[in-house]
Amino acid sequence: MKDISKSVFKVDNDEKISGQAQYVSDIMGYDFLYAFTIRSEHPKAIIKDINLPNLPPGYYTVDYTDIPGKNVVKIIFDDMPVFAEKQVNYYKEPIMLLVGKDKEVLKNLASMVQIEYEILEPLYTYDNSVINYHFTKGDPVTAFKNAERVISFDYDTGYQEQLYIEPQGMLGYSEGEKVTLVGSIQCPYYVKNAVIAILDTTPEMVRVQQAAVGGAFGGKEEFPSLIACQLAVAINKIKRPIKLIYDREEDMEVTTKRHPSKITLEAAIVNNRIVGMRSKVGLDGGAHIGLSGVVLSRALIASTGAYTIDNLDVNGDVFITNTVPNGAFRGFGAPQMLFAIEMFIHHVATELGIDPLTMRLDALAKQNDKTSTNGTFRDPIIMNQMIEKAMEMSDYKRKVKEYQNDDSFRGIGMSWFLHGCGFTGSGESTHINALVKLKKDEQNQVHILIAAVDMGQGVKTTMKKIVANVLDIPLEQVTYNNPDTDFVPDSGPTVASRTIMIVGGLIARAALQLKQKWVEDYEVIVEERYQQPSYVKWDEETFQGDAYPAYSWGVNVVEVEVSKVTYQVNLLNSWSVYDVGKAIDERIIIGQADGGQMQGLGYGYLEVMRTKNGKVEHKNVTDYIIPTSVDAPSMETVIMDNPFPLGPYGAKGAGELTLVGGAPAVALAIENAINHKVQSIPMTPEKIMELINHGNN
Amino acid sequence: METIKFTLNHKVVEVEINETKRLLDVLREHFLLTGVKEGCGEGECGACAVLLDGDIVNSCMVPIANVKDHDVVTIEGYSKTKNFEVLKEAYAEEGAVQCGFCTPGMMIASEALLRKNPHPTEEDIKNGISGNLCRCTGYNMIIKAVQRASKSGEGLW
Repeated sequence: MKDISKSVFKVDNDEKISGQAQYVSDIMGYDFLYAFTIRSEHPKAIIKDINLPNLPPGYYTVDYTDIPGKNVVKIIFDDMPVFAEKQVNYYKEPIMLLVGKDKEVLKNLASMVQIEYEILEPLYTYDNSVINYHFTKGDPVTAFKNAERVISFDYDTGYQEQLYIEPQGMLGYSEGEKVTLVGSIQCPYYVKNAVIAILDTTPEMVRVQQAAVGGAFGGKEEFPSLIACQLAVAINKIKRPIKLIYDREEDMEVTTKRHPSKITLEAAIVNNRIVGMRSKVGLDGGAHIGLSGVVLSRALIASTGAYTIDNLDVNGDVFITNTVPNGAFRGFGAPQMLFAIEMFIHHVATELGIDPLTMRLDALAKQNDKTSTNGTFRDPIIMNQMIEKAMEMSDYKRKVKEYQNDDSFRGIGMSWFLHGCGFTGSGESTHINALVKLKKDEQNQVHILIAAVDMGQGVKTTMKKIVANVLDIPLEQVTYNNPDTDFVPDSGPTVASRTIMIVGGLIARAALQLKQKWVEDYEVIVEERYQQPSYVKWDEETFQGDAYPAYSWGVNVVEVEVSKVTYQVNLLNSWSVYDVGKAIDERIIIGQADGGQMQGLGYGYLEVMRTKNGKVEHKNVTDYIIPTSVDAPSMETVIMDNPFPLGPYGAKGAGELTLVGGAPAVALAIENAINHKVQSIPMTPEKIMELINHGNN
Repeated sequence: METIKFTLNHKVVEVEINETKRLLDVLREHFLLTGVKEGCGEGECGACAVLLDGDIVNSCMVPIANVKDHDVVTIEGYSKTKNFEVLKEAYAEEGAVQCGFCTPGMMIASEALLRKNPHPTEEDIKNGISGNLCRCTGYNMIIKAVQRASKSGEGLW
């Protein structure tokens, strides 16, 4: 059998390189009206009155009174209205759409809409908890009671903006009573289900199609459901094709971002070992809960990172504030927590005067250890091998000592991390229950029918490879079009590093089934539905059991130089070693690794977004800086083989893993360079200056 | 409204239009050349890059009046050249394409760089494409693709 990891050319290369791929804004040819969103001008206020200008013929308003269903976006926690009714809870919250033919006329009309508000006192602090989760492992009370010493540190992390290069957008039209939406989306069925609910209609009356997606990173997980609901209500009212495309500034001001966090970790120390830990996590959810509870649970479960700690007390809150709602972003709570735990174990070791590497190796998780939620690491963990490899590639041991003691302002940092693959807990079986189909037509062409979206991560190529490899047919004999809910079953959202492991696993089984049922020149259709492995047990109420069916692992080493004049951080080198089970395509995985690493590093040292009086201050690409080619360090990546028995060809999740270790690696490198503890990201030149001058941040 | 005559993808064209309209909008909406993308609308991301008299410009920052009697090449025109084929092959070999939204602009930036400097160093390439943002790749594979094209397309630039 061919080695599946051997790279092939991506199947969508040609259309993307030549500019022929159709993103939603590129779709022309319908006689579109355009929609413009009227938004709140206050972070918290009661809407007293709305005065509209006289609308010319062919111009319309659409607001909550036009909604046939309940005014809420169906996500996970249903608290976000489609249009604000009586009250607005964040600056730029949507109130209504203006719809019409000419964009300039729309902007002009929008400037004449007058809204009277009664201003209320907004809340920006971590005071109003709307979700609290708490769980324990072992006996943390006794561990802390018997501790020789208790060491505690605080950490905080900032916003991060996905900054997909293609802004959010959607278009739609109706045929009779049926509404079709085409968008830049990760989750066709999330959109479909939200629209069914908002129109109070039946599934066959809503069709959702994915256009080419110009990057997503979680930003197009739940947010597009909001635009889709607004657009569907407008189409239902006006019965004309309508386009709603955000420009960059609107996108950055109003779409979901990575949750800022405050984390306090406490260690109970006996004999220079961490015998117990308390983890307290606060996430800023913004004005609506949405996915924040699920983000919080992933953060909490990652409390011990790549380590095993026997006695654990974990407590976390989602706080509601009058700011833009936060949501899904590659890593989903883990980047905040992994930054905190990786810094913490170094800070504890430093405090105790022992070598951090010794303390970390001693605490590193091993096969059959209990996870933070009393589940079991069932599969082989090859982190020792990976760490050795990473240290050898980077010459870590020599450099870390040398930089510690010299005044070169160079530094090296190494992060260890894991990422749970698939939905947290029993989500795959209780919430998603994925179904996939393969159809072989009479010409013997095999069609992959799933709802997974190629947003650049290469899933069109990798899924085709899996099917072609199992059936031993050429790649060209397999078709995988952008998902259209009229044709594909609900294989779940394209999120949570689940696509290859879960959906790809089902596709591999379906291909095997098709191989057995194959009859030349006849149509054959096969299906596979997800079944939770019987050994995976999870209690959603108590957070006890196996939080994930499998874990991917990684090591990042980053070397930096801090300018002695400006305190700017210059990334010199990055080395990474990953265990993703088995690469379905090596070049695609290394592409994911490079891009995830850059995004994780940017989160750690460069990407600053703040709000002031509830307003996003960094709302364009000039103010919000992401890495450019000049910032990119040279990158070397090694992919290990450690096949997971239930993944296709042994593959586990990969997309998020490559981001989550970036921030702690660069923060540790900066710490090594400047010899001050780093407790906050992004670690900007201003914060470095504060540390050097005053010793705090 | 004014009549603007210019060369677009090697053909002379004329368009009657408000002369302050952005070249980007005219290319996309009037000529349906949607390979030219809008990423930021303020000249920062490079997704709308085109060649103006052989030099790279961000078409969101150019009023249509400024291209009067000049020569504009978009990805659609560029994709019919031998240089494009060489770069395309190099992008595919190195895995330089993920979501693809920055790719047409990145191709234009690569071409503009290689025209000026057929044998760029890694630093030259980093500087040459630094006006084009990519959020997927971390840039390494794009840098390698330009290096590869510079070798495999020896003599073309």
